[in-house]
Amino acid sequence: MALLSVKNLCAYYQFEMYGISRTVRAIDGVSFELYPNEIYGVAGESSCGKTTLIKVISGNIKPPLKINSGSIDYQFGSYNVDMLTVSKEEMRRNVRWKQISYVMQGSMSVLNPVRKIIKTFEDIVDTHEPIKDKKKFLQEATAHVNRLGLPTEVLNSYPHQLSGGMRQRVAIALATVFQPRLILADEPTTALDVVVQRGVLQMLKDIQAMSSNTVLLVTHDMAVHANVANRVMIMYAGRIAEEAPTEIIFNAPLHPYTQHLIRSLPMIGERSNKASLRGTPPNLANPPSGCRFHERCPDVMDICRTEVPEMATVRGQHRVACHLVKESSL
Amino acid sequence: MSAADKLLDVQHVTVEFHIGGIVGGSLLVAVNDISFSLDEDRPEIFTLAGESGSGKTTLSRLILHDLDPTRGKVLFEGRDLATIKKRSEFKEFMKKVQPVFQNPFETFSPLRKVDAYLFDTALNFGMAPDRRAAAEVVDDALRNVGLSLEEVSNRYPHELSGGQTQRASVARALISQPRLILADEPVSMVDASLRMEIVNLFRELRDKQKVSIIYITHDLATAYYISDRIGIMLRGYIVESGPVDDILDRPFHPYTKLLIESVPEPAPKERESWAKHISLGTTEAKEYGRVGCKFAGRCPQVMDICREADPPDVQVDRRLVKCYLYTEHARQASPGEQK
Repeated sequence: MALLSVKNLCAYYQFEMYGISRTVRAIDGVSFELYPNEIYGVAGESSCGKTTLIKVISGNIKPPLKINSGSIDYQFGSYNVDMLTVSKEEMRRNVRWKQISYVMQGSMSVLNPVRKIIKTFEDIVDTHEPIKDKKKFLQEATAHVNRLGLPTEVLNSYPHQLSGGMRQRVAIALATVFQPRLILADEPTTALDVVVQRGVLQMLKDIQAMSSNTVLLVTHDMAVHANVANRVMIMYAGRIAEEAPTEIIFNAPLHPYTQHLIRSLPMIGERSNKASLRGTPPNLANPPSGCRFHERCPDVMDICRTEVPEMATVRGQHRVACHLVKESSL
Repeated sequence: MSAADKLLDVQHVTVEFHIGGIVGGSLLVAVNDISFSLDEDRPEIFTLAGESGSGKTTLSRLILHDLDPTRGKVLFEGRDLATIKKRSEFKEFMKKVQPVFQNPFETFSPLRKVDAYLFDTALNFGMAPDRRAAAEVVDDALRNVGLSLEEVSNRYPHELSGGQTQRASVARALISQPRLILADEPVSMVDASLRMEIVNLFRELRDKQKVSIIYITHDLATAYYISDRIGIMLRGYIVESGPVDDILDRPFHPYTKLLIESVPEPAPKERESWAKHISLGTTEAKEYGRVGCKFAGRCPQVMDICREADPPDVQVDRRLVKCYLYTEHARQASPGEQK
């Protein structure tokens, strides 16, 4: 049973200024499902709609962002939430942080610079579940932090006293105080260096394994997906290009964009020439007709310029939207 | 080799910052006794790699003469940078050493057209007498990076893609025909599909324009792809340096080993070994203040002596490694224990 099912989602940024209206089609016809106990990776270039996707499925829908069509349904055990109709109060009390939590890129901006970490814990917990017994809360917070392998003294430090990696791990600890069913992680390690990145991702993996919840991991770093994710979705210009289990994405990708992404990854110990894609990512206010990748695709055909490729299931969990695939399998 | 044969010669430089109040406070040694050099007649790409807070950027400021070292000397073409005082001399120096920064959208002001910067640079450095002649100089520089003046003229930074803007900022650096380019994390803000475009460009500049490049990064995979030599930095020290194949294929220093192990392989088959647990430093200040080897707190092969005094530089074949494991002391203390 799916934890989250998104069907045909279209979310646009609509601007209206001096009589000129402009629509940025950031998410355009996206359908996918998340299951309990998995790490689902989302990859793509900047401005391909990754962050908008997270905003929409976490219920952060504020103008100019609007949902034009589609549905977002959660099933937390017997408790169902329709993200398009749920009330603000209900979100705050029962959904946000209890069921869905969010780890952001810059942990510096999550933590209040003039309050000790324990106070930030208190603030967040109190918003969702009023604290009655301070002592008990302190014990629980300490136990939670220790369970995640962080030293207790972290709680009594100010954010600036901690290293970047430790701050990011504190942000993850904050996001998991209520044992949420779904953790949305938006580029959680992008600003960090490799050693710290490894430590932070290991912690995220441990938490996932401990509580068998679901992690949606957004990053443009394919190497991270290779090591962490169970399934990977490749986004291009607001649409899903390909979705498959990690092994298949890396070993047998079908979409030309995925193939390019995998082929252009530099590796230590190998120095063959790595080409880059021609052209530039499309402007979503005025996306190309047909397949949005056709202007940069090395295998472009006539049909790609006019017709949008349908999402086709190749085998099992492997889905791809490309005319090439349909041609060959017919 | 005499100093005259070196393009850049960094000799035992140390930079100390005083942090905290006027009374009290503490001393932070951001760059600690670092030496390396680039040859005059053989252009190369030298990578400085390390975690954030390892002193990479402080070292680059020294080389750009933006900061004077507390101790030690930086020589460019045999001349001590500390003796450059006059504005005209500094300009001459800037012509030869040019920076490329991390975020291309911060290099150019969003309110000015990109080509305005290129013309300004050409005119300020006296590369052309007037605007018309400058157009030629600018176009040449842009063609070297795979753009042209036509594509860039009258465009604001947001009208170009990230890759194009970063290439324009490399072109800006090329206008004065420098001998050395200092690139501080030039690809970390650029998308994956465009990253190789910039990296390939640096390779081309070295081979065709004969420009030496100091490439500052924490991305070891691209470092391996383009550089000739590499220096691994940790908390102000270069702990290991030498030819990039030697260092990244067969690392000696335990820190280099940890760094390389931590680079996620873009292939799912390596998952298990990457998931092995590692220990991280809690605070940066703690490691900077450590006596002896800065890595002792996290090193799996730590010995008593590591906590007592700074390890010396040891020459092993073509590399320099700053670690007690490779000194006489270690070999005598534990014969047979070394693998």
